[in-house]
Amino acid sequence: MNAQSVAREGSAAPDPDPAPVSRRRLLAAAAALGGAAIAPGVTLVEIARAAKPGEPASSKVRWGLLIDANLCREGCKECVLACNRENGLEGGSRPVDVQWIRKVELKERSTGRKLGLPVMCQHCAEPPCVDVCPTGASFKRADGIVLVDRHTCIGCRYCMMACPYKARSFVHEPLTKQKPEVPRGKGCVESCTLCVHRIDRGERTTACAEACPTKAIVFGDLADPGSEISRRLREVESRQLRADLRLETGVRYSGL
Amino acid sequence: MRAAMRAALAAALCLAATAAAQTRVPMPVLEVDRNTSCVAPPDVMRRTHMDLLMHRRDRTVHQGVRGGDEALARCISCHAGSKGAAIGNRDAFCQSCHDYVAVKLDCFECHQGRPGAVATSR
Repeated sequence: MNAQSVAREGSAAPDPDPAPVSRRRLLAAAAALGGAAIAPGVTLVEIARAAKPGEPASSKVRWGLLIDANLCREGCKECVLACNRENGLEGGSRPVDVQWIRKVELKERSTGRKLGLPVMCQHCAEPPCVDVCPTGASFKRADGIVLVDRHTCIGCRYCMMACPYKARSFVHEPLTKQKPEVPRGKGCVESCTLCVHRIDRGERTTACAEACPTKAIVFGDLADPGSEISRRLREVESRQLRADLRLETGVRYSGL
Repeated sequence: MRAAMRAALAAALCLAATAAAQTRVPMPVLEVDRNTSCVAPPDVMRRTHMDLLMHRRDRTVHQGVRGGDEALARCISCHAGSKGAAIGNRDAFCQSCHDYVAVKLDCFECHQGRPGAVATSR
């Protein structure tokens, strides 16, 4: 095997001087790598532009999730629990308790097929919550994450009415045990932040994706054709919830 | 003679002022570690800390620029002091001064006033 490969290399590069050959091979390899990983018009430099800690969020990235409903186990709530831990949510079951992820269990009546999927803020490219917010508190960051600026939120809850995914919650009671990196307070609306505090310090995973025992949740950059999430989206069939609304969600589902 | 009278008058005024301060409104308790220095001298910080924080917060929330010396978590890590929190009692750094000047302090209705954020904010 070794002898064969050596012979092939020898025949492909008859140049007696080894230095130019190796440089040519290196260049060819680099070009092949770049060509395989990068879409037309997108260069390696641009892909490396995901903001580093201390830099503003970049519009060259679009963070999103791909959730495989086939892998989501019945009764498992690890993602919900991890979200509660990460963001300091109380995780209660009263109607007034906040939830950033809820586990939806479905059953197809005719066949009896059961399906479970976590539903959180879908981080729309055209978010209705941002459209209706009277104070500008509801906004979309450059990297596609939809957030509430609690400094400007007046708690009117228009955004909760506008959201087709029921993804937002209102904080009804005073809080004292907030996590330092996730400030939250009474009188504001809140929802999944895609673990924005993690992303801003350079981490590339969310608490829910990390906690999922079957790796049904994949976090990544939808704008980077070389990322795992983009690769999977190319390979498997996926859907946006309520795609008819054309909100271009950042959270996609496969196996629905 | 005149100089002596002036000195006596000044002393009396000082005493009266301290007595008044002690009886009417308790002076703020500013317990700080003097071996470290803040991001700006104390007289600048007293007047502009709210502007620094306001400027900071929009960059953090909207652009995701976290950490750095002017982050609220950094303020708390020093100024919570031995009390363990920047708020929560009349001796706590932020609250004692805000009580003294009667300015409502609402940062900590959402933000955690206890230290521990610095390790995770960057």
